[in-house]
Amino acid sequence: MSQLLFIQQTPPHGSIIGQEGLDACLMGSAFADCALLFLGDGIYQISGTQNTQGLGVKDYSVSYGVLPDYGVSKLYCRAQDLEDRGLALSDLSLSLAALSDDAVAQLIKDAAQVLTF
Amino acid sequence: MIFSIAVFAGPQNSEAPLSALLFARAVIAAGHDLTRVFFYHDGVSTANLLNTPPQDEPDVTQEWSEFGQQHQLEMLVCVASALRRGILDQTEATRHNKPAANLAEGFEIAGLGQLIDAALNADRLVVFK
Repeated sequence: MSQLLFIQQTPPHGSIIGQEGLDACLMGSAFADCALLFLGDGIYQISGTQNTQGLGVKDYSVSYGVLPDYGVSKLYCRAQDLEDRGLALSDLSLSLAALSDDAVAQLIKDAAQVLTF
Repeated sequence: MIFSIAVFAGPQNSEAPLSALLFARAVIAAGHDLTRVFFYHDGVSTANLLNTPPQDEPDVTQEWSEFGQQHQLEMLVCVASALRRGILDQTEATRHNKPAANLAEGFEIAGLGQLIDAALNADRLVVFK
């Protein structure tokens, strides 16, 4: 059971919310046991080969690489979200567990607080 | 019960800050404790003193301002989100050499750690986005 569950459910780069959500998660890891769940289009935040050069925005997704250094190792996504988008775990830049809908529900239920971005 | 409220959307394009205010009023009316309101992401725009909605629409910034001061709420605005969106108190305006400050009365600039603190020290953290 994690004290804080952060949920990323927005695709990257169109809005800064993913970046600010990640900032909040990293900050949270300094104070509490944290878990991070990617839901829906949020999974695109960690899809493998992103390049924002043509877009002219900072590629904050590389910051996900520091999660292990911050002690955030409970990383999850929803299996059905991967399937719906034609993605496999190997397409992602982070090593995470794909959960069934029931397991996602349990994860949310077990968290002391949930912050959605 | 101890509640904390987080607001992640601004009054320009979301009803979230207004819903959060209605919820905050209900929390206090029901006799619960509301210790902190944290404004993050676009929510920081709620604290922009220069918001000037049409006269027949609610002035969410002013309403939060008055409500917060009336109940002595801690209304914290994330410094990183605020600077990015041009919400500055006098200290930040001076530090960044800007000609004006525009943080509304009752709001306070704070670090992101205060959001985590609010989450950990409340029975319920309710996020409006």
